[in-house]
Amino acid sequence: MTLSKMNASMSLSRRRRARKAFRAESTYHATGVAIALFFLVPFAITLLASFRHGTEARLPPLPPWPANGISLDSYRSLDTFGAGVWQHTFNSLLVSLATVALTVAVSVLAGYGFSRYRFPLKNVLFVLIIATLMIPFQSILTPLFIILARLGLNNSLFGLTLVYVTLQLPFSVFMMRNAFDAVPKEIEEAARIDGARDLKLLFRVLMPLVLPGIATVAIFAFLNAWNEFLAALVLLSSNEKYTLPVLMMAVRAGRLGAVNWGAVQAGVAVMTLPCLVVFLLLQRYYMRGLMAGAVK
Amino acid sequence: MAGAGPGKALPVRRRRRHPQWRGLLYIAPAMALVVVFFVMPVLFTGWMSLHNWPLLGSPRWIGFNNYFRMANDARFVSALRFTTYYTVIVTIAIFAVAFPLAIFVEKHRRFVGAYRTIIFLPVVVGLASASLLWVWLANVDSGFVGPALKALGVVEKSPNLLATFDSAFFTIIVMVVWKIAGFTMIILLTGLQAIPSELAEAARIDGAGRWQRFRYITLPLMRRTIALALIISVTGSILAFDQFYIMTSGGPQNRMISVVYYIFNQSFVSFNLGYGAALSIALLAILVVISVMQLRLLRVGEDRA
Repeated sequence: MTLSKMNASMSLSRRRRARKAFRAESTYHATGVAIALFFLVPFAITLLASFRHGTEARLPPLPPWPANGISLDSYRSLDTFGAGVWQHTFNSLLVSLATVALTVAVSVLAGYGFSRYRFPLKNVLFVLIIATLMIPFQSILTPLFIILARLGLNNSLFGLTLVYVTLQLPFSVFMMRNAFDAVPKEIEEAARIDGARDLKLLFRVLMPLVLPGIATVAIFAFLNAWNEFLAALVLLSSNEKYTLPVLMMAVRAGRLGAVNWGAVQAGVAVMTLPCLVVFLLLQRYYMRGLMAGAVK
Repeated sequence: MAGAGPGKALPVRRRRRHPQWRGLLYIAPAMALVVVFFVMPVLFTGWMSLHNWPLLGSPRWIGFNNYFRMANDARFVSALRFTTYYTVIVTIAIFAVAFPLAIFVEKHRRFVGAYRTIIFLPVVVGLASASLLWVWLANVDSGFVGPALKALGVVEKSPNLLATFDSAFFTIIVMVVWKIAGFTMIILLTGLQAIPSELAEAARIDGAGRWQRFRYITLPLMRRTIALALIISVTGSILAFDQFYIMTSGGPQNRMISVVYYIFNQSFVSFNLGYGAALSIALLAILVVISVMQLRLLRVGEDRA
């Protein structure tokens, strides 16, 4: 009898504890959902609202979804600005992908050089590259503008790309040097014995081993180049060269005092979606880079 | 390594002794870019700051006159004051949001990974995109915030959030917190996770309350991480430009001109390139001082932790 009583009281307390845990769990997730909504809703509203009819573009997004049918009017009106949205998306893509390619190429070579060779001033030069992090590029825009003009690269997407690559170098060279440092020397020795030397050794043997580092470098280069605004605003002067953020200034300014908010929503969607997709697909490599930066 | 024996170590040492010039070849492209697009511009900025440098026509040497001008430039002083104000407020706001978030997502529960990812999403979009998005959300007639408040009956008339300094400033702070908090959260999270859980457990058994554990265990052990997050937030805020340019155009009564915005105006709107360069040097000096303070702060953190 006492045993069954004990059992009953135990199951009661267990049930109470379970209920308490359930309540704590619910509170936790209710808070979580509320937080998630705050961070998600601005994206969701913009994306949904961008598919409303052109006549609704002026109206507040209540409800945010396209209640009167889906339409691409906002994207069409975005297309009437500058040289058309395709041209500017192309410019942005060209600059971002070229930045990725050049950053990867330059930082892989430099990372390999710093990791595997000994030469005079090696540490001084490495510190010089890293030290550029301390100096904000915002403070050297004027001379950059003049130097690019002297090189015949003013108002050029290539010139802008070179600036972006330079801005990526401290982080990227640091990442790649660490990546090469982590590759055991024995692998290299073995490959050397098999007759692979220098560039061949680098590309055939080591490249696959530092691929995660390359992915990290590439993601940061892409996102930073795609999102950069001030340098593009200063260094590009003709309409058809503008990258997306600079084009959006014309949209933001509006015509005859009226802003076409549909075009703004469409523009925000075009600018943010690639970032979100790249991040969600390659999150692991992004976080690695963040941690490396944070730990340093 | 030492066990390899003297016979084996000798040739290795000999090979290492003379420099491998090929290494320079590998780093040459990176060095060329850094020299042409970073070192030269920095030196050039210093040189330009000693000139009256118009966009067209030849520059004229004026010594330190640009720097004297800066000291008496009321608009520069107010840009500095505004930037400081913004940096302090936004940093407090980011930490006030990011710290609880970091504690929230540190727990090992279901969906915690999803929460982390969602909170982090705004970090990967551009500040320019985020500013545009929020300038629309904050619009008085076509936006979301004002009309939604009106529809809910909270206000009678949709407020024009970007029309007065205080409400526009508040809107920008909310936007920046939305955009940046996830980043600070992840940095703080790495610090939280580095704290051995036995410590908090032991303190709990000794009867330390939740606040005491936070105050006397979590905070001291996170000093280094907090310093890092603080520095990133402060330097980033001092360089703020996009949000003011896009959201308020320096707006209400030109009271939101940050330092970078002022340099931009002097250099690329008024084309006082020399004066812009002098302002840049001042900005650079401020940031170098902060970087040095950063190193000291981090070192202090190491000593005490």
